[in-house]
Amino acid sequence: MKYLSEYRDPKLAKKVLQEIKNTVTKPWKIMEICGGQTHSLVKNGILNVLPKKITMLHGPGCPVCVTPLNLIDKAIFLAEKENVIFCSFGDMLRVPGSKKNLLEAKAGGADVRILYSPLEAVKLAEKNPDKEVVFFAVGFETTAPANALSVMHAEKLGLVNYSILTSHVLVPPAITALMEDPESTIDGFLAAGHVCSIMGYWEYFPLVDKYKIPIVITGFEPLDILQGILMVVKQLEEGRTEVENQYTRMVKEIGNTSAQDIITKVFDTGDQIWRGIGNIENSGLKLNDDYAHFDADKKFSINIEKAIENQECIAGDIMKGLKKPLDCVHFGKSCNPQNPLGAPMVSSEGACAAYYNFSTMFKKI
Amino acid sequence: MEKSIFKLQCPIPKFDFDIITLAHGSGGLLTNKLLESGVFNLLKNDELDKHHDGALLNFSGDTVAFSTDSFVISPIFFPGGDIGELAINGTVNDVAMCGGIPQFLSLSFILEEGLPIKEFWDILVSIKYAAEKAGVKIVTGDTKVVDKGKGDKIFVNTTGIGKLHPKANIDIKNIKKGDKIIVSDNIATHGIAILSVREGLEFETIIESDTRNLNHITTKLLDKFGNDIHLFRDPTRGGVASTLNEIATDRELGIVLQDEKIPVDKQVEAACEILGLDPLYSANEGIFMAIVAEDIAEEMVIFLKDLEHTQNASIIGEIVDDHNGRVLITNPLGGKRVVHMPVGEQLPRIC
Repeated sequence: MKYLSEYRDPKLAKKVLQEIKNTVTKPWKIMEICGGQTHSLVKNGILNVLPKKITMLHGPGCPVCVTPLNLIDKAIFLAEKENVIFCSFGDMLRVPGSKKNLLEAKAGGADVRILYSPLEAVKLAEKNPDKEVVFFAVGFETTAPANALSVMHAEKLGLVNYSILTSHVLVPPAITALMEDPESTIDGFLAAGHVCSIMGYWEYFPLVDKYKIPIVITGFEPLDILQGILMVVKQLEEGRTEVENQYTRMVKEIGNTSAQDIITKVFDTGDQIWRGIGNIENSGLKLNDDYAHFDADKKFSINIEKAIENQECIAGDIMKGLKKPLDCVHFGKSCNPQNPLGAPMVSSEGACAAYYNFSTMFKKI
Repeated sequence: MEKSIFKLQCPIPKFDFDIITLAHGSGGLLTNKLLESGVFNLLKNDELDKHHDGALLNFSGDTVAFSTDSFVISPIFFPGGDIGELAINGTVNDVAMCGGIPQFLSLSFILEEGLPIKEFWDILVSIKYAAEKAGVKIVTGDTKVVDKGKGDKIFVNTTGIGKLHPKANIDIKNIKKGDKIIVSDNIATHGIAILSVREGLEFETIIESDTRNLNHITTKLLDKFGNDIHLFRDPTRGGVASTLNEIATDRELGIVLQDEKIPVDKQVEAACEILGLDPLYSANEGIFMAIVAEDIAEEMVIFLKDLEHTQNASIIGEIVDDHNGRVLITNPLGGKRVVHMPVGEQLPRIC
């Protein structure tokens, strides 16, 4: 496939891998922030071929995983309401709430639709004026512009039956939280390429200055990831700490300013709970006062019981890079993608699910 | 009265679920659980225990292949076909996968009140043509109508029967270490074609389903290669991944696939990339897998490449006696990963 197969070329990949092997002299711990990169690392078997001195830590960048349990319960509550068409990206449907998931709500009669774009939900609202259409607006900076655009579009069309249930999270505050953790052992970061294609990488300079840590903006194909790792390792071995951009074919320093404008027009930043981690200051996006009437959380009175997370799950330690999925006694046993105990097992991009689905390192029972 | 005694003797087995969800029909792990703990256990017999696409029945010396399938697809008309054509090809292919030569079919409709007669007629016409192409006769059937809202326009059931090919010796037990796994053509085409017309996921380019009868091809293969063909399977729901996992688990053998050998149409591959789906888990209708003796594999692929609709045939992997019960896939980078049994239907990813 044009523009993809080039970045999967095994000969080039082996060359970069060799260069990594030639460069590394000390043990380094590198965290890939984004779940898409975790998925790619495991799916392409890169973890098996990296030199032993390099440890990859799998960060909290899976939006599906970090959506708070109580928000999933809210989504299910709304989906089960008479007269609601509840729309969502596909992978949110299997995420367990405290009692059930959206797929089970659908099986019980709720009108739940899988969409690929929030603009499709606006179309549904237009076509069904007697129904309330709610879109589950989840994601990092990558999906924020499209979700914001859907609200602007609904406003322009004068739709009063469209709203969004938001759980938007931001990368830089998460990096800050990880680095402020006294137990952190992270030596360098691969930053998420797609987030940066929207936001650029100007936000990372203060982080590099403050925490003296290399951050390399990295893509998602095997060659991207290997090159990103090589760039981090080179910085570490040479004692440099800089923001570098591996994903130059997509990312500019200033990012996509039109997309950024749309985000700021519709959303304000605010505190946000990350499932498995807890509250991170200013790490989320909420609809601002101008668009508050599109906020499903405010529009409907939602009565749900307070959700309690499973206490045995070590999700927080895994997403902070302190532990690996295989360190967990429940991994692959009482915790699996059908019955996840916690956040990183719920989506295929969560570290535990990626290990469970693709890794050859353990035998399923 | 007798019924209640029967109930007492057959307590409901321990399921992990209280209600049926769509995932139980996806051909993946939950379908298997439902069948294993429910159906197979309760209705146990020698023929059913083979767990193949159909059953082989012995009538005083004559062996007959017998299979049934229900079709509940939405939308009922899709690029490259419709529910009628699918219902004929699906059952014809299931009989063919047993090594049978399909001859007779039954045809049952469950129609929802309000179905336009034009749509019913179009489906019936395509049933006629599909049956002619496959060389089968429809000899019996049934029609029921349900209230509006109690069906999805039209459900179709077909059952097929046909004599076993004289040279066929298709049995999962014949599979052994070293056997090669062949797919007859590009995978995932049907599943992505259906997805591409579902509301909310429409694409700009049209991907057409590859639904077609496979019985003429399997007959030719059996004529030529006979009992060197150890198994035929059509990887419909749950895709290639589910079918291979079933085989690996059943025989407690390992399977290794080579990523670069798996044929996927360029447009289908691109659609999978965009939606975050894996072609290995996507449904197929117009292809089959053959597990064959090592020494005829290359020859079979050359033979298939000369036929219509199997030009992309490829040896995608082999049976090994390592990592028993599991399917692994290698990539050219030297990496390896597990191809697990899917839990339910694949869901498009956020990003």
